Amino acid sequence: MTTEIKPLRIFSGTKALMMLFVLLPFFAFAEGGEKKFVAGDMIVEHVSDSHSWHIAGNVSVSLPILVYSPVSGFSAFSSSRLENGAVYNGYKLEGEHLAAVNPDGSVNKADTARLWDISLTKDAATILLAGIALILIFTAASKGYNKRKNDAPKGIQSMMEPLILFIRDDVAIPSIGKEKYEKYMPYLLTLFFFILFLNFIGLIPFFPGGANVTGNIGITMSLACFTFIITLISSTKSYWAHTVWMPGVPALVKILILTPIELLGVVLRPFTLLIRIFANILAGHIVALSFFSLIFIFGSLWGKVTGYSVSVFSVAFAAGMLLLDVLVALIQAYVFTLLSAIYFGMVITREDTHH
Amino acid sequence: MDLILPSFGLIFWMTLTFVIVFVLLRKMAWKPILKALSDRENYIKDALNSAEKAKEEMAQLQAGNEKILLEARNERDKLLKEARETKDTIIAEAKSKAQKEAEKIVQSARETLQNEKNAALNELKSQVAALSVEIAEKIIKSELASDEKQKALVNSLLKEVTLN
Repeated sequence: MTTEIKPLRIFSGTKALMMLFVLLPFFAFAEGGEKKFVAGDMIVEHVSDSHSWHIAGNVSVSLPILVYSPVSGFSAFSSSRLENGAVYNGYKLEGEHLAAVNPDGSVNKADTARLWDISLTKDAATILLAGIALILIFTAASKGYNKRKNDAPKGIQSMMEPLILFIRDDVAIPSIGKEKYEKYMPYLLTLFFFILFLNFIGLIPFFPGGANVTGNIGITMSLACFTFIITLISSTKSYWAHTVWMPGVPALVKILILTPIELLGVVLRPFTLLIRIFANILAGHIVALSFFSLIFIFGSLWGKVTGYSVSVFSVAFAAGMLLLDVLVALIQAYVFTLLSAIYFGMVITREDTHH
Repeated sequence: MDLILPSFGLIFWMTLTFVIVFVLLRKMAWKPILKALSDRENYIKDALNSAEKAKEEMAQLQAGNEKILLEARNERDKLLKEARETKDTIIAEAKSKAQKEAEKIVQSARETLQNEKNAALNELKSQVAALSVEIAEKIIKSELASDEKQKALVNSLLKEVTLN
C-alpha cells in the first residue's frame, strides 16, 4: 500500500489570512513611528469627534469651523488654521474644543461659554454623508417601485424591501396597532435606516468611515429627543389620565408612589434609549481598538518581536469583534426603532384598554 | 468627560440633517414605497383570490359536466332499455299474431281439406255406384247372354225361393 502524497498548497485561504494578520502590524509600526504610545489617549482620540478627518499616515482633511459668537458674529474658516494651538480670528482649539481667546492669547472663558459652535466636524460630516446616502438609495429604490408596478423587486429595491417590510410588519404594526401605524412609518423608517447607516459607516475602518457617530451622546440624544417629542405630541388624554391619576388605586398610593414613578418613567424611557445605543456602539469601538492597542503595549514592553506575535491574535480578535459589531449595529438600530414604536403605541392607548 | 458631554454642534447637525432627510424621504421614498408595497400586496391577494375563484368555478363546471354526462348516460341506458322492451313486445306480439294466423290458416286448410275430402268421397261413391251399376250391367249382360243361362238363373233363383 502506498500513501498518496498530496501537493503542498502554500497559499490557502486561511494561510493568506494569517499572512495578512502578521504583515498588518508592520505597517502599523511604520506609521506609529517612535512616539510614546498611550492606549487610553489613542482610543479616546479615535472615538471622539474631531475637527480634522484622518485618512492615512500624515494625510488628513481639515474640516471647516463654523461658529457664532454674540461678541464677534458668525465666522467660518478651515480648521487647518488652528493646527498646533494656533490662534485665528480670535479662536483657538483647546484639545478638540473651540475656545474664544483674548487679544493676548489667553482663553476668554466667559465668551467661550457663549459660543454657538456648529463646526462641520468629523461626526457632522459623517451624518451629512449618511443623509445623502439615505436620500440617494431610497429615492433609487422608490423609482424601482414606480418602474416595476406589482412586479418583483430588483437591485437596491430588493435589498431594502425586506428591511422596510420588517419595520412595517414586525415593528410598527405589532407595537402601534393596525389602525394608526401608518402615520408613524416615515419616522420609524428614517430612524431605523439613519441609525443603521451611521452604525455601519462607523464600522468601516478607513476613510470616509470610522467615525464613532452613534456612539456619541449628542447624536443619540437628538434621536431620543425626536422620539420623546413625537411621543408627547401623540399622547392622548386617556394616557395622561392613567399616568398621573391611575383609576382604581388609593389616592395616597397614587400621590406617594405611582404618579412619581410614572412621571419619572415618561422621562426615563427616552433617556434609556439614548444611553443604550450610545453605550453599545461606543463599547464596540473601544473593545476593537483595545485589541489593536495590545500590539503596541506588548511591543513597547518587550520589544517589537513580541508585538508582532501578539498582533496575530489581536487582529484575529479585533476581526471577530468587528463581526460582532455588525450584529450590534443591526440590533441597536432595531431596538431603538422598536422601542420608539412601543412608546408611540403606549401613548395612543386605544379605548379598549380600560380596566 | 468629552465622551459623555453632548456637543451643541453635533446636536444641531444631527437634528438638521435628520429633519431634512425625514421630510425628503417621506415625500420621495417612504410614502410611494409603502403605497407601492400595499398596492402590490393587494394585487397579489386579488390575483390569488380570483385564481381561487376560477379554480372553484372550474371545479363546478367540471362537476356540472360530469352530471350532464351521467344524465346523458342514464338517458341512453333508459332509451336502450325501452327500445329493447319495445322490440321484445313487438316480437312477442308478432309471434303471437303469427301463431294465431298460422292456426287460422291451418284451421281453414283443414276445413277445406275436409270439404274436398267429402266432395271427393261423394263423387267417388257416385262413381263407384255408377261403375258398379255399369259392371253389374255388363256382368248381367254377359251372364244372361244365353237362354240356358237365363234358365239356370231362373232356376237357381226359384230354388232359393222357398214357397212357404
